[in-house]
Amino acid sequence: MDLSAINPVLLIASLMVAATPLLLAAIGETVVEKAGVLNLGVEGMMIIGAIAGFATAVESGSPLLGFVAAAIAGAALSVLFALLTQFAQANQVASGLSLTLFGLGLSALMGQSYVGIKPPQMGKLDIPVLSDLPVIGPILFGHDLMLYFGIALTAAVWAVFKFTRVGLILRAVGENHDAAHALGYKVIKIRILAILFGGACAGLGGAYISLIRVPQWTEGMTAGIGWIALALVVFASWKPWRVLLGAYLFGGVTVVQLNLQAAGVAIPVEYLAMSPYLITILVLVILSADKSSAPAALGRNFHASR
Amino acid sequence: MKLTKLLTSAAMAMGLATAAMAEDPTKVGFVYVGPVGDGGWTYEHDKGRLAVEAEFGDKVETVYVENVAEGPDAERVITQMALQGADLIFTTSFGYMDPTINVAQKFPNVKFEHATGYKRSDNVSTYSARFYEGRAVQGTIAGHMTKSNVIGYIGSYPIPEVIRGINSAYIHAKKVNPDVQFKIVWAFTWFDPAKEADAAKVLIEQGADVILQHTDSTAPQAAAQAAGNVVTFGQASDMSEYAPFPRVSSIIDDWSHYYIARTQAVMDGTWETTDTWHGIGAGMVGIGEISDAVPEDAKLAAIAVKATLADGVYHAFTGPLNKQDGTPWLAEGETADDGTLAGMNFYVEGIEGDIPQ
Repeated sequence: MDLSAINPVLLIASLMVAATPLLLAAIGETVVEKAGVLNLGVEGMMIIGAIAGFATAVESGSPLLGFVAAAIAGAALSVLFALLTQFAQANQVASGLSLTLFGLGLSALMGQSYVGIKPPQMGKLDIPVLSDLPVIGPILFGHDLMLYFGIALTAAVWAVFKFTRVGLILRAVGENHDAAHALGYKVIKIRILAILFGGACAGLGGAYISLIRVPQWTEGMTAGIGWIALALVVFASWKPWRVLLGAYLFGGVTVVQLNLQAAGVAIPVEYLAMSPYLITILVLVILSADKSSAPAALGRNFHASR
Repeated sequence: MKLTKLLTSAAMAMGLATAAMAEDPTKVGFVYVGPVGDGGWTYEHDKGRLAVEAEFGDKVETVYVENVAEGPDAERVITQMALQGADLIFTTSFGYMDPTINVAQKFPNVKFEHATGYKRSDNVSTYSARFYEGRAVQGTIAGHMTKSNVIGYIGSYPIPEVIRGINSAYIHAKKVNPDVQFKIVWAFTWFDPAKEADAAKVLIEQGADVILQHTDSTAPQAAAQAAGNVVTFGQASDMSEYAPFPRVSSIIDDWSHYYIARTQAVMDGTWETTDTWHGIGAGMVGIGEISDAVPEDAKLAAIAVKATLADGVYHAFTGPLNKQDGTPWLAEGETADDGTLAGMNFYVEGIEGDIPQ
């Protein structure tokens, strides 16, 4: 055993990378659920984003364009969910599950000719002095743009919820859609916009996996991150900063378990492999002690005549 | 009258059927663990399949199923293939061993070939390549090229094939560089780019500047390229899209000769249960071009190891060698027998860590 081989600075830097796909998807789902919609299709939208972003980046040679395409593709898939639940009044749980299954299948089909191809690389932030600082440099100033985008998005969502009228309306729709409707807010329209935002975020998260974290395309490569994002939203009690904390925690344990293995710690690998899930659940259960914050209208369909 | 007519037509139909069967092409099935485009293990098996098609043309028909999970799902796929009339089925991953044996019992007339396994029966042969010979060449290059003296190794499953590779690479790296140290991470998958990439990154962060992989995707190559100064080797396939650096050489599996020979045997009716284990000498294990990023002396040393392995002068496991716990294994000049190698479940002396059970 040689724990000194683990470099804490690099560990933190790489856990931030491992956490970003989860963060992006979970922050999108937070907004969707705050508007009173439960979209279980996160995994499906992520994987569609992963292949759409990958294909676009490969064809155009621009990773940034790939991320744009991923957001569009994720949002496009969520339109399907919006149509089903907001207009056809379909059950949200069933629609979300079918969205995931559909996304996994469609992405495998779309990705047929992209297996084993190298995508163009995304540049890392390189600020002359700051990126070379001893400890802070690699942690704060040595990442790709999307990682900062994820953190900025978390801050933005938090600020919108807390300080703006838009956030207030969104929350009103999620808490009591009848009252919001009576006040003259267009419940369906607001919810569709929230669903689209969630889809775009999930798409970005997926593309982060296929373009930066791996970077490669394989069938089913999101490997359950969408489901963890869903759980994260609940356990973080719909609070953006807690979502960030939970995502980093999960990313951290994932990276730490590989580090421990490489350092020769004699714990059976199976325990290490399940530890991220266990610890994330444990800590977030403790965090979620205040249960008051679930949007009251979560998962309930709205129809103006009722 | 009616009965005779019926019998005649039945006889004629049977005659037609046998005639049709005689013209039937030999159907050869392949079961793959990854996608054919993985750029590694499955890609090379599929190249073998294409070689069979090219060799026999209309006389064969090949079918394949990719991304078949090891376990119960494999049994379903193999059964389906046998039901569809395959005459010869290659199952190309270690985890298909029991499914292959099970299905083979139900279809005594179909011939089965299982890669890297050790269970055989009347209609099941096994075949594998002596990848550890390639690992000896890689270890030699790795020992020469590492500056941090830390070599990272991404293992798939702790099975004899993978452990042999680790031991062989370690022995030969140590031979040219006594200070070398191995860090081993088990991914518990043959093909999961995200996991392989994470494992490679972790090893690099812990100081490894050479990464050996026994997993099938090119993700570790991409991670090494991003890191900039880390050496990698192509696994199962050349992975030349990452040459000349980080990929400095590779182990290439060449199954085509074997697949053609076995298909021919089925056509001729001479197929028998065999256990094939070929190495560099027979051409089943190829060493990909050693790129110019490798210093000249390391290159020459590697080529020398390869040449002596190929003509049988040198065995990759030659004593004196001790097991990890210090107990003697091979005496001076003694070489390992195939039985021990096939069931290898221990590290040689000098490797740290335990093999997961």
